[in-house]
Amino acid sequence: MNHLFAIDPLFNGHSTLAIVLIALIRVLVAFGALMGCVTLMIWFERKVISDMQSRIGPNRWGPFGLLQTLADGIKLFFKEDLLPAEADPFTFKLAPYLALIPALITFSLVPVGGSVTLAHHTFFLQVADTPIGILLLLAMSGISVYGVILAGWSSGSKYPLMSSVRASAQMISYEAALGMSIVTVVLASGSLSTHDIVVAQGGSLWRWNLIHLGFVPFVIFLIAITAELNRPPFDVVEAESELVGGFHTEYSSLRFALFFLAEFMNTITMSAIMVTLFFGGPAGPIPNIPHLRWVFPILYFLGKTTLFCFAYVWFRAALPRFRYDQLMDLGWRYLIPISLAWMLLVAGFMVSPAWGFALAAAGLAGALLLTRAFDLGRERSEGDEAILPTVGRRPLPGYVLRQMTDGKGDA
Amino acid sequence: MIASSFAIPDVVTFVVAAALVIFGAIGVITVKNPVHSAISLIGTLIGVAIAFIEQDAQFLAAVQVIVYAGAIVVLFLFVIMFLGVDRREDVSMEPLVHQRSWAAATVALTVASVIALMAKSHWATGAHRVTGNPGSGNTNVAHIGTTIFTTYLYAFEITAGLLIIAVVGAVVLARRSNQIAEENA
Repeated sequence: MNHLFAIDPLFNGHSTLAIVLIALIRVLVAFGALMGCVTLMIWFERKVISDMQSRIGPNRWGPFGLLQTLADGIKLFFKEDLLPAEADPFTFKLAPYLALIPALITFSLVPVGGSVTLAHHTFFLQVADTPIGILLLLAMSGISVYGVILAGWSSGSKYPLMSSVRASAQMISYEAALGMSIVTVVLASGSLSTHDIVVAQGGSLWRWNLIHLGFVPFVIFLIAITAELNRPPFDVVEAESELVGGFHTEYSSLRFALFFLAEFMNTITMSAIMVTLFFGGPAGPIPNIPHLRWVFPILYFLGKTTLFCFAYVWFRAALPRFRYDQLMDLGWRYLIPISLAWMLLVAGFMVSPAWGFALAAAGLAGALLLTRAFDLGRERSEGDEAILPTVGRRPLPGYVLRQMTDGKGDA
Repeated sequence: MIASSFAIPDVVTFVVAAALVIFGAIGVITVKNPVHSAISLIGTLIGVAIAFIEQDAQFLAAVQVIVYAGAIVVLFLFVIMFLGVDRREDVSMEPLVHQRSWAAATVALTVASVIALMAKSHWATGAHRVTGNPGSGNTNVAHIGTTIFTTYLYAFEITAGLLIIAVVGAVVLARRSNQIAEENA
């Protein structure tokens, strides 16, 4: 059964007990480390935000308030688990797991360090180097949408439902741009496997995809992945001022904790994925110290990832939330065309400079055409004839409103 | 007999995937609530993806999850929630007369032809690695890419054109609502 692990040298030979044990340890260590990082990340976010807002933040439990997350976790664990009367019980219970499991699986993609030899077995510091590699990220972000959508729907409450409608539209819109910026990375490294992507960026700073691909794919990826995560400034899904708490308004206790956990786990994982795709992963200069050479890649990786985690917190503290229509505009009118054009550009320059410049010219022409089309569309919608006639009397009588919101059963 | 020609892990994977596919599919048509149907459909699609991985078609598996489970069923749910049909519905009424008997006959015919094909030709026997050993995932993707852009280039481009036409058609239809409202008024 080498289908999933065709590349990792650990699985080249016959499966022995030692290999199974190493694989198992790798999974457990990754899980434990991720959980530890999540608790640290929650503390980090609260502390950094309070610094930025001139507050003190958590400082009661443990040194610098480090144990605050643990205290919160214990509190959530012992709280009453409410199931709203209007909820759909099966879906309501399923949704938190649909949010958590993709977050866990995505982390298995990330190469944390180089390769290590333990008991004569060489293996990568990565849970699974699958042949589909980075496509697993797209697949899992596709699945994680269900966590939000089903949570909002199954709560049987209005604001969560609005939140889940927003989430489904938003996440589908940004997935296209996300995929297209990943395609440029895959083109540059010629492989889907995250290990190969990191290896292709090794050697010098100029090989990093950030510079190698010309910054644009990275910026698009950063924006799109922030929208996929529903992190600020794209958190219209849980906009407190409009939707109470968004999709998890009705959740309490452990189920709420699972959503919370998934969100922070995703933040860490996506920071790590960005480092992997655009910043050379664990790449960096390695001083020649015997027996400790394998430590440095891990340190580089952790350092780079922490930078992005900080950037996410910074976004949250500094940027106001997008309006829903602005969010859709940005996704469809700017990110998707730009990422598409840049993908063609990268592909063209990989064939020959002539093709590259030809495609750049084509991209510019396409941009002009699109701008003109958007202008025409905007003018069109401003005309009198574009205003749809009203439906019925306004304001609508109460029984009609009730029909529209509560369905035909209550008429 | 099965165990002698296939490795045990393969059989286990196949059984799990097949169970997911079949129970998901039964769920889609038996469950009363449309949202639960959609969840069952996700189960089916993921089962199919597992079956693809089992057949060494990792790329197809990933695309299956990204496109079908990750986008299309999300759109289904979006529509279900937007139109507010997310409640138990009375399905005893038949909008088309005798549609049930016709559906049953069609299903029986399809199943019979699949069984007939399984008896005659090799592709439905679950033969392992029908397309040859693609080795690692890279050659898997490279193989599909080369095939699409050489042998099946015209078919591929025509499909792309059809999709564009469908999208433009949908936009045109959606924009016509204004006109219709005026005619009705």
